[in-house]
Amino acid sequence: MAKVVVVTSGKGGVGKTTTTAALGAALAQTGDKVVVVDFDVGLRNLDLVMGAERRVVFDLINVARGEANLSQALIRDRRVDSLYLLAASQTRDKDALSEEGVAAVILQLRDRFDWIICDSPAGIERGATLAMRFADLAIVVANPEVSSVRDSDRIIGLLDSKTVKAERGERMEKFLLLTRYDAARAARGDMLSVEDVLDILSIPLLGIVPESRDVLRASNIGAPVSIGNLASPAAIAYIDAARRLCGVPVPLVRPEERKSLFGRFFTRRAA
Amino acid sequence: MTISEANAIRFRGRSYFALTLTPEAPLCGWLKRLDACLARSPGFFCASPVILDLEGLELAKSDAVELIESLAQRGLRILGLEGASAQWCGVDLPPAIASREARAHKMAKTSAAEAFSAPLIPKPPPPLIIEEPVRSGQCVTHAQGDVIVIGSVASGAEIVAAGSIHVYGALRGRAMAGAYGDESARIFCRKLEAELIAINGLYQTADEIEARMRLLPVQIRLAGGAMRITPFE
Repeated sequence: MAKVVVVTSGKGGVGKTTTTAALGAALAQTGDKVVVVDFDVGLRNLDLVMGAERRVVFDLINVARGEANLSQALIRDRRVDSLYLLAASQTRDKDALSEEGVAAVILQLRDRFDWIICDSPAGIERGATLAMRFADLAIVVANPEVSSVRDSDRIIGLLDSKTVKAERGERMEKFLLLTRYDAARAARGDMLSVEDVLDILSIPLLGIVPESRDVLRASNIGAPVSIGNLASPAAIAYIDAARRLCGVPVPLVRPEERKSLFGRFFTRRAA
Repeated sequence: MTISEANAIRFRGRSYFALTLTPEAPLCGWLKRLDACLARSPGFFCASPVILDLEGLELAKSDAVELIESLAQRGLRILGLEGASAQWCGVDLPPAIASREARAHKMAKTSAAEAFSAPLIPKPPPPLIIEEPVRSGQCVTHAQGDVIVIGSVASGAEIVAAGSIHVYGALRGRAMAGAYGDESARIFCRKLEAELIAINGLYQTADEIEARMRLLPVQIRLAGGAMRITPFE
């Protein structure tokens, strides 16, 4: 059974596109067939993060409008065989997408893939609501700071009211992915703690991705962080999150706990 | 606001005191008694607004017009008619007015008639119970009765209730209790972090809420026209 996942946040710059690429690559490396779909029409980025910007011919809008067929528009990843990209158009705007068009594309993708991961644009307008419209499951990406958390809360409200699943009276599954988490800054009180964020949003936690230079580096070289350096804490966090999505009970270690264990180890050595 | 200054009109509801005259049949006898009264104290009705209560008189419209004219000859200006037939409305007669007492009387009459079929104690309006957190941007409005939230009210969310508001979680957004006029309404929450609290139109913003009440479980009510926040032990 194919699962349609929307990666959303409300606020921009919190790591939706990075997350889409990293989770997509991590899921594909388990052998599942995965497509990542860029819904950010007019401001597409997913092709860059996936390193496929030079190979885009047709995009989501072409397929949604019947100007190209799906096989022409899907771009296969060069590193992971079962990973595909459906890019957004950079030249059109979000009004070029119709709900019927998106519904038809998602229906076709459901036949061919195990996971359809939709990268939502920021905001709560048409692009964002269309990206979440047909989702079975939502990953809400948030940074541990108040404006991001409040925007995520707003998005959760929309997920519970504006999606097809919600309108049918079914319950939309929602998970929180906390990104750009800096344990040291949280300990100093410069950032919200994991508990604060969970208390405000009250949805289950899928993972915590630490603030890491590896993420920026991965975006710049066009490789999802979960493909390149597998020793990187960010890569491990995404791979663990992907396994939890598949239902594997991977224990979640809070960054501050990891830190304190490490600290204890050090003090013991010093003594 | 899109209304330009030139098009804006202000409307306000205000209560005023007015004298009410209750003519009795036969009208010629009543007018004589009125004349006697006016002779004793000529300035009594002078320029004050007068309401004419026609309830129970069963006048025809033409009789009413005649009565108002004869009152005008005596210097009485009739502001409105109470107990007048609904079909009378027109430029030749003052507008129909219903006082609170008359409405209550009418209601008492009808409920007495229904006493045998309906239970005596009116059923209170049911509360609105929300079993999930109220998210930022959501607005919950309940035009009668209480609102009960089993969960938190997020920053940027809004609860508007005719009655009281009960939040079994943190109140981080706005809560407006007694919003349609009820000074006995209260707000209860497990953790006060509200952006705005209001009861019966009287409000306090986060800045104005006593700092020592923050994060506490509290109840908020009106006492002597002021908002009072008391923590639960």
